[in-house]
Amino acid sequence: MANVMEVYQLLPKTNCKECGYPTCMAFAVALLGKEKIIEDCPPLIENPKYEKKLEKLRELLAPLMSADATETGMIIHTDKCYGCGNCVVACPVNVANDPKGTALGFGPKSGRAILMVEDGVIKCVNVEECRRFGPEKILCNACVVTCPGRAIEFI
Amino acid sequence: MAVCTGCSLLCDDIELECDDGKISLTKNLCRKGEGRYRSLREDRLVPAVDGVKVSFDEAISKAAEMLGDAENPLLFGWSNSTLEAQRIGIDLAKKLGATIDDTSSFCQGYLMEKVLRGEYPTCTLDEVRNFADVLIYWGSDPSSSQPRHMSRFSYFPRGEKRQRGYEEDRTAIAIDVRKSPTVVITADGFFRIPPGGDAEFIEALLAALGGKMPKVKDKKMKKKILKLGSTLRKAEFGVIFPGLGLIYSLKDEIDKLTPLITRLNEVASYKLIPMVGHYNMRGFNQTLLEETGHINRVSFKDGVEHGPQFAVTEAVNDCDALMVIGSDLISALPAAISRKVARIPTVAIDPHRNLTTDMARVTIPSALSGLEAGGSALRMDGVKIEFEPVIESGYRSDAEILSRIMEAV
Ligand code: SF4
Ligand code: SF4
Ligand code: SF4
Repeated sequence: MANVMEVYQLLPKTNCKECGYPTCMAFAVALLGKEKIIEDCPPLIENPKYEKKLEKLRELLAPLMSADATETGMIIHTDKCYGCGNCVVACPVNVANDPKGTALGFGPKSGRAILMVEDGVIKCVNVEECRRFGPEKILCNACVVTCPGRAIEFI
Repeated sequence: MAVCTGCSLLCDDIELECDDGKISLTKNLCRKGEGRYRSLREDRLVPAVDGVKVSFDEAISKAAEMLGDAENPLLFGWSNSTLEAQRIGIDLAKKLGATIDDTSSFCQGYLMEKVLRGEYPTCTLDEVRNFADVLIYWGSDPSSSQPRHMSRFSYFPRGEKRQRGYEEDRTAIAIDVRKSPTVVITADGFFRIPPGGDAEFIEALLAALGGKMPKVKDKKMKKKILKLGSTLRKAEFGVIFPGLGLIYSLKDEIDKLTPLITRLNEVASYKLIPMVGHYNMRGFNQTLLEETGHINRVSFKDGVEHGPQFAVTEAVNDCDALMVIGSDLISALPAAISRKVARIPTVAIDPHRNLTTDMARVTIPSALSGLEAGGSALRMDGVKIEFEPVIESGYRSDAEILSRIMEAV
């Protein structure tokens, strides 16, 4: 999981403001929040002296930028998933949205569950319902800590 | 909705989409159940005699002949068969004067017997969901073996008296020799014990429950056990889920569990549900108990006899024909006994090929229950679950195969 400091260390740290943010630190936060992309930092892309940093930054953020990651930064490692449904039943949003289904330990009975088990492994749907979604996000981790396979992570 | 027969939870909320007799999508099925469903087309058994493919009818009559001619036939397996098949199997054993035993004989038999005879208090999994507040997974690893146990019933779901679910309303304790996947999510309640250390742990717990100092060298552990003692005392509705780890560790000292259960029920209220693996082991144990007064290891040669000599591991010594249904006996036994089994003329009934069917003289393919055949079974807590076939296939159910053998004997 990438953190702000790690990202910041790989930026030019000159606070040149070319990205539109007052500081490199603010840009780092924006990168992690997926509001900006690496290419929004012109010096990093253009100046050859940052080549190594750029390469490392791309590596660090690759999982975040990949299509696998949902808009909340959730990454699912299906190879580690048991399909046990713990996360499905523990997710507070599932419980609130689906009182007759997931709240009672069943599979989702309403269409508003975020997590469900399909073909033996976990699948994230309705991502906009997740507490980590959007600007007002709450750092919920109910689905992470209840997973026996550590198959879910957030970046 | 379909029922999964992948383990003894018999999950009955499985949604399926089929396309041309093939399953194209499943919902709510765990990975283990998914594996079972996906196996539908792989490695299916064919009717054969001495390695040569024959018709279904020929396989039946050869099986009947082998079993009918034998002096000491042994019928083994049963924990992966429906209640209906088990009943016919017991009748077949009677008719043949055979010995009958099931997989509980070398796994959960002892505990299951205590539960079925009412000697250990037990409850249903629905009661666990609604009322249980202290859960002890002892030598069991539901995350691997009964993957939906914790989400459907024991730890995570909301229930009548457990509205806040696991965070505040339930305490999970795992006692194990290793950091199993289940331990990953019960981290605070993990007690790591050395292999074979269960008897000692029981002693220590008994001491802690009695307000005495547990005799444990490790200071941290001592403190932890004392604290566990007070957690256990405060339970409103405690449940122990013992697994094979506990049974194999205690071995001949398995009765040491009894004083602990008694003590726990003096200070609070505790139930026990054995963590059965195969989907209908409990069904066989209960059916045979009703029929004979014993849960396994029965011989019908001379009326009804019961004893360790009729356990599969012993009975293979002087049996001259063996029928194995829904079990890979050869893989399950220690090598020395497996070698003996390999020499006995065997009839194997199973949906799939395995080591036992590979060495059998007669093989009879069967339908995968829950998918290709209906019937009923007892969940690990004794609740009867009925199921209908959801897929058309030419395979016959265990019950039908056994009826045919019965007629032909
Ligand atoms: S982060 Fe929270 S709200 Fe989002 S899916 Fe996981 S448990 Fe549900
Ligand atoms: S992601 Fe984890 S908790 Fe969720 S179903 Fe898979 S193994 Fe279970
Ligand atoms: S927990 Fe057991 S019964 Fe339920 S879906 Fe998984 S394998 Fe099937």
